[in-house]
Amino acid sequence: MAQAFPFSAIVGQDEMKTAILIAAIDPSIGGVLVLGDRGTGKSTAVRALAALLPKMRAVNGCRYSCDPADPASRCADCATLRAPDQPPPKTHLIPVPVVDLPLGATEDRVVGALDLERALSQGVKAFEPGLLAQANRGFLYIDEVNLLEDHLVDLLIDVAASGENVVEREGLSVRHPARFVLVGSGNPEEGELRPQLLDRFGLSVEVKTPELLTERVEVVRRRDAFEQDRAAFIEHWKPEDERIRRKLVAARKRLHEVVISDAARERASALCMALGTDGLRGDLTLIRAARAMAALLGDSAVTDAHFKRVAGPALRHRLRRNPLDNAGSTARVDRAVAELMGA
Amino acid sequence: MLDAWQQPTLNADAALVAALLAVDPVGLGGVALRAPAGPLRDAWLALLRQCLPDKTPLLRVPAHATDSALLGGLDLAATLQAGRPVAQQGLLARCNGGVLLLAMAERVGAGVASQLSAVLDTQVVALERDGLTQRLPARVALVALDEGANDEEQMPATLLDRVAFHLPLQAAESEDDAPLDWTRAEVEAARVLLPQVSVPESVVQALCAASLVWGVSSMRAPLLAVRVARAAAALAGMDEAEEVHASLAARLVLAPRATRMPAPPPEAQPEQDETPQPQPPDDPPPPDTDKSDETPPPDGPNEAPQDEQDDDEEATPGTLDDRLIEAVRAAIPPGLLAALQMGQARQARAAAAGRSGELMKNQNRGRPVGTRRAEPRSGARLHILETLRAAAPWQRLRQQQAAGPRRIQVRREDFHVVRFRQNRPTTTVFVVDASGSAALHRLAETKGAVELLLAECYVRRDKVAVLAFRGAGCELLLPPTRSLARAKRSLAALPGGGGTPLAAGIEAARELAVQIGRQGETAIVVMLTDGRANIARDGTPGRAKATEDALTAAGDFRLAGLSALLIDTSPKPGDASRLMAERMGATCVPLPHAGAAGLSQAVRLATATGAR
Repeated sequence: MAQAFPFSAIVGQDEMKTAILIAAIDPSIGGVLVLGDRGTGKSTAVRALAALLPKMRAVNGCRYSCDPADPASRCADCATLRAPDQPPPKTHLIPVPVVDLPLGATEDRVVGALDLERALSQGVKAFEPGLLAQANRGFLYIDEVNLLEDHLVDLLIDVAASGENVVEREGLSVRHPARFVLVGSGNPEEGELRPQLLDRFGLSVEVKTPELLTERVEVVRRRDAFEQDRAAFIEHWKPEDERIRRKLVAARKRLHEVVISDAARERASALCMALGTDGLRGDLTLIRAARAMAALLGDSAVTDAHFKRVAGPALRHRLRRNPLDNAGSTARVDRAVAELMGA
Repeated sequence: MLDAWQQPTLNADAALVAALLAVDPVGLGGVALRAPAGPLRDAWLALLRQCLPDKTPLLRVPAHATDSALLGGLDLAATLQAGRPVAQQGLLARCNGGVLLLAMAERVGAGVASQLSAVLDTQVVALERDGLTQRLPARVALVALDEGANDEEQMPATLLDRVAFHLPLQAAESEDDAPLDWTRAEVEAARVLLPQVSVPESVVQALCAASLVWGVSSMRAPLLAVRVARAAAALAGMDEAEEVHASLAARLVLAPRATRMPAPPPEAQPEQDETPQPQPPDDPPPPDTDKSDETPPPDGPNEAPQDEQDDDEEATPGTLDDRLIEAVRAAIPPGLLAALQMGQARQARAAAAGRSGELMKNQNRGRPVGTRRAEPRSGARLHILETLRAAAPWQRLRQQQAAGPRRIQVRREDFHVVRFRQNRPTTTVFVVDASGSAALHRLAETKGAVELLLAECYVRRDKVAVLAFRGAGCELLLPPTRSLARAKRSLAALPGGGGTPLAAGIEAARELAVQIGRQGETAIVVMLTDGRANIARDGTPGRAKATEDALTAAGDFRLAGLSALLIDTSPKPGDASRLMAERMGATCVPLPHAGAAGLSQAVRLATATGAR
């Protein structure tokens, strides 16, 4: 498999990079949707994430890479392994899965299906886990998410919401944990995303082609250097990637120590009310994202400054769409933030 | 060799593109070859084959290749034989190290396009199908054979963005200016040299600057241009890309992608770096071509021009940039240059290119509704349980007949595949009478209705297109799209006023609807007019002739068997519209004061009842 372009070597696109880091710090935020023009490094950033994430501990031999420290979210296999009279299962360190959902993937590979090999050769009805099982505790990346088949979209929505994949097909009846962070990218020019799916993404960022010459030159220069000699390029950026990884790990540790005062919660709700977002998902995401932002910056409490940085990504895709209003949702969020919290 | 490059005759360029592609097929992505099938195209392909190393695979991808043909899947015969899943390689994996020929690239659907894009990006085929998981290397270049006859027919933008060259192969001026014949040995030498070729900082900067000035927004373009410059240098046997190579790259890669003019005409711009370029309106300011104030100095561009171009001794910083910009200008066809100058860049073309509708020919997606007995070919999904169930009663009998002992005897007649049902997507074509005084009002309503429909159409996977007729003819304002973003942009400035060329409107609607039908989708035409024509088909004013022409066009429309809705928006709906609707075979709905909401309601009713 070809090595990925280093995360730290991506020029500019700060909002996207920050959003991806925030989603990695707090998986409960619900993933990132990256929308933007062609050739802006959307896929590059997501694929770079895989190399950036620190390894995680998982139960040995578990097909769903269950977390040994979290008995609540165990698969059926691990639950039997960990019977009271048994010794605790062996564990090992594995890289955090970043699973690519290719556009042509069939439903059976996504959810898992009858193990054809065993069915044909031994006549045994066994379950072969799919991509959702692979993505458990990691990331599920869908490029061109707006072109994904409808029935797969429905399925993903359902699993992402419940954290559990229920398979009822070909006479199989299986359920297994599938908690993953959904990361999607796409070009809005090629098709709209269904509102239901849009709402599932915690954050949404818009990426644009860099318009500054210096930035463009830098992008081309780095990309070209990467293509010329991948190993050397990755080696060169390793310390920088390492620095971001340490920040990420520290932020994850700190996350639950970040204080969210009642006043801050009220600020978040006031902002959501001013924008008229549907439901409470917006409020929740805004608070969680601000907390993760604070953790990333090393701050101990959530303040307006954090809300300002994450309001756009957390809310812009939740505004009720008025087809006759031409103002972009980014502008609407910015306006509301400025009115409420000052410029 | 260099002479051939500096003579931008078409033939030489085409040959050069073939050679460059052969030097760095994976890095350059490929070429979009716009040409009808014919000897010229065959000659180009033969040249490419001649440049590529011996035994390089050249595989043809049909425009409507199924996922299993492209990506691979389960080899059913072998699977049953072996009693374990046997994978069958798809076209992409089989083509590893070679060149994919994409036939009829202008008809490629979004699905195939995105599969190909993913492979061009990652050089890996990701297979997650039929219970198989594989990652196969697929280092390929794409030669897209685009046979589009007009600007409406374009290959998908995702693919255009990823191939370095957009090459229109027009009939050669003469066979005399035939290019140098590149030999395999030359190309081979260049391939060896390629990794050592360096591209100086100044060239990278100049190519980026040129792409910005010409409004090429994708970051892939300057990157591909840099690689073209490198390949060109390698082909010339040099170990550093120089200005000739850079201007070649600008000409071949950036010129076809230009979307706007750099504001100052070349003769008006003195060769001084103090002269800032006036900036084109409403665009983010392109950095001035003189970089003295924009770019940090490392390896300023004043090195490269001086070390080789003797005639440009007093080159000021930025001249390389200027020369590249001129190289692009020289390569843009005059007609397009004029269009760019008028500010109507190729937005319309780009918009038409990003068709995203799934073609409905195959019945392999949608909601599963039961199974049927059939072989799992062309992407149909085998229903394993049903298949095994069908085989079960015969096992004992078959075991007796079989030569060797096998666990399960599954035969062809047992195969069951899943049946799917999917609604054909509908494209609503709005044909708006944009003439006269009521036009602005009516256009605003249509705009509102279109956006309302679009906002909810995702659920039904429907699309919307808008035609407007006024003055002398009919114009496609919004090609069939599902994208709200694009619809908003296209509808933002609707022209209005002038005469009523109803015949032209009906004709354009018929053509578009038939075209949509050919793509396997249902078209519903919604006309908003009062039915009173006053411009004839040939553009002359006159009510009698205009009405006659319109009625003739309406008759043709009816013959095409299209479903249509005519909404009479005049304050006093009259007989004219009723007659016109009758001739068109359309339903006539008088809606004198329809607002956007009422309009979309009427259309929704029509689509629910009249679609099938």
